[in-house]
Amino acid sequence: MVDTVRTEPAPPRRRPPLRSIVVWTLVAVVGAIAWGVVALSRGEDISALWLLAAALGSYAIAYRFYARFIARRVLQVDDTRATPAETLRNDTDFQPTDRRVLFGHHFAAIAGAGPLVGPVLAAQMGYLPGTLWIVVGVIFAGAVQDMVVLFFSMRRNGKSLGQMAREEIGVVGGVAALIGVFTIMIILLAVLALVVVNALAHSAWGTFSIAMTIPIALFMGFYLRTLRPGRVIETSLIGVGLLLLAIVGGGWVQDSSWADTFTLSPEALVLALVIYGFVASVLPVWMLLAPRDYLSTFMKIGTIILLAIGLLLARPVLQNEAVTDFASSGDGPVFAGSLFPFVFITIACGALSGFHALIASGTTPKLIEKESQVRMIGYGGMLMESFVAVSAMIAASVIDPGLYYAMNAPAGFLGDSLESASQAVASLGFSITPDQLAAAAAAVEESTLVARTGGAPTLAVGMSQIFSDGFGTGGQAFWYHFAIMFEALFILTTVDAGTRVGRFMLQDTLGNVWKPMRDVSWKPGLWVTSALVVGAWGYFLYAGVTDPLGGINQLFPLFGIANQLLAAIALTVATTILIKSGRLKWAWVTGIPLLWDAAVTLTASWQKVFSDDPTLGFFAQRDRFSEALDNGEILPPARSLEDMEQVVTNSTVDGVLAAFFALLVVIIIADAARVCVKALRDPSAATTTEAPYVRSTIVAPSGLIPTRAERELMAAAATRGERDGDG
Amino acid sequence: MSELVGVVRRAASGVWWYLREVSGETAYDRYVEHCRRHEAVRVLSRREFERRRQDDRDRSPQQRCC
Repeated sequence: MVDTVRTEPAPPRRRPPLRSIVVWTLVAVVGAIAWGVVALSRGEDISALWLLAAALGSYAIAYRFYARFIARRVLQVDDTRATPAETLRNDTDFQPTDRRVLFGHHFAAIAGAGPLVGPVLAAQMGYLPGTLWIVVGVIFAGAVQDMVVLFFSMRRNGKSLGQMAREEIGVVGGVAALIGVFTIMIILLAVLALVVVNALAHSAWGTFSIAMTIPIALFMGFYLRTLRPGRVIETSLIGVGLLLLAIVGGGWVQDSSWADTFTLSPEALVLALVIYGFVASVLPVWMLLAPRDYLSTFMKIGTIILLAIGLLLARPVLQNEAVTDFASSGDGPVFAGSLFPFVFITIACGALSGFHALIASGTTPKLIEKESQVRMIGYGGMLMESFVAVSAMIAASVIDPGLYYAMNAPAGFLGDSLESASQAVASLGFSITPDQLAAAAAAVEESTLVARTGGAPTLAVGMSQIFSDGFGTGGQAFWYHFAIMFEALFILTTVDAGTRVGRFMLQDTLGNVWKPMRDVSWKPGLWVTSALVVGAWGYFLYAGVTDPLGGINQLFPLFGIANQLLAAIALTVATTILIKSGRLKWAWVTGIPLLWDAAVTLTASWQKVFSDDPTLGFFAQRDRFSEALDNGEILPPARSLEDMEQVVTNSTVDGVLAAFFALLVVIIIADAARVCVKALRDPSAATTTEAPYVRSTIVAPSGLIPTRAERELMAAAATRGERDGDG
Repeated sequence: MSELVGVVRRAASGVWWYLREVSGETAYDRYVEHCRRHEAVRVLSRREFERRRQDDRDRSPQQRCC
């Protein structure tokens, strides 16, 4: 059957009340003025609050008008129709959940390290291009994707993106989507783990604090299991208290004789993370993963609120340029390539994240109470994520640009000493003296800040400035390590959870070939598949850590491409469903973001594969190093023949992967186009898998604040319920 | 003054309600309510219920995003 599309004419338009017109005009004017200030000021000090005002004004307008338009006209949400939470209610997987509570769950699931790290790296091109894309991208692409996928999955009883791809497009598209999701996840886990390694390497303070989260989580797990079952808030508060103690304790450890024990090399940290990832993914969830998840969610939400308040109090001035020369030259030290396409690839999750499509077609659609709530949860949740990304861009732009480049350029470029780093930064056209570098490291009590790539340390320096100025507390070192802890904690939770999800996917796939594998509690199968997943991301992590050219510089673009390609898959599925259900005239809503995203990612993949520039193209890089290797030469920043061989291997693997990702997406888009053309030629033959209409008996508001009409309906339903003896 | 106290009290109880709902502390209350509605023969104790709920999570992993 074909998706049900409301056929009766839309209710006649009422004139909006005057108050509403005045309020929304004001919001639009404030937003426009803020954008004007941000875009037009050059060479003067601008307060970071202008960026916030521009973003918030744009979000408000987009949510009020565009999201409402999509919900009503394009998706045609129907609140008389029961959601799967109502029709399939079993009070575990399927359960009508209060929209505000579900918003919390959904946001906690989509928010991660991506929107914090991406903008920090993209600050290399100045704050303007990145901020523009974060705001415009979320309004027209990211939030649209999240809401639309959530809606379509909800109409199909909570089917996953992979299932929808298979059923709506076909086996080829479905299999390509499945392979895509798996490989993309491996790269994602490796890059996130690399961020943690770079943040903790040679830092006794950071390593100690993060190491302590393991015993804290174990304690919480046993406390919740045996002493106080179900008391999550109490347990989390104890956990957060212990966590703060661990951060303070890290400072003591750093000054004590234990410092050496916790000062680890990047290679040792990789080993520790791989072992940890394996153990965490085979242990029962209650022991380690669930309590960690509570901790990281509390920390995540708490720190985001704290950062917003800190920004308002500190009102920092942007130090970064609006648009740097690297935007056009494409030879920036943090990542290679020019503004198009690489600023979009690097921002990734803050504007458009393919991974959200997995969440939006996971648990959220099974819990939603009313169809119209997809706007608040899907679109609204992603706006909030974008706000986090803007905050991260601000945090990276309030620190001194000289320090920014000294922290984010690859180690091979910066050299071994503060003097060499200072000279390298000067060669980029920025300045920082060796004394200033030493002072910056001393302020956060780290041995050095030179070449602390990966984004997390830079963000932590920016946040520590905002916190210590905003709250007037001083103590930059504490706030720095607080921020490192905050990031590392939820990256590790993502690594745990991701390894487990990867393992389930692998078990399921291998189960098709060999039956016993499918039993998810069969121990040998569980160990083998966990080891395979950990081994896969561990390989990329190790290669990244030891890469002479700098792992983040090499791997982050791959991560961005992978994530954006996943978004392309999600948008393809959504566009196909719109066309198959006879909504060709609205197909641009997901079709335009899809075209843009495909153009960005395919251009980026093309450049990464075919560019002649060895800093940009993986194979050009490979040729340059392998030719030199044949002649027995050593090219800097490599220092030995082994380094040279490693560069050759890494660039081959990375190049093959970039080509592979692009190929997958081309296959999916081509297959989807075939299906769409077929559906357009013969609309009557088009089949979709939407669940049949069932009338809903639930009454619930659609937005955050109930309207007067909704309140009256709810009151009427409540009295009816009492009279009927709570049916 | 008493009005202010009332506002603060309502806000605090709202926050408490939200935290309990979001963290899943109310899952057991809902389960008991569910059992009452369906006239279940035996209602699990909180300890048994939470244990079963945790063990269910072993079989259905929750994705956490980047």
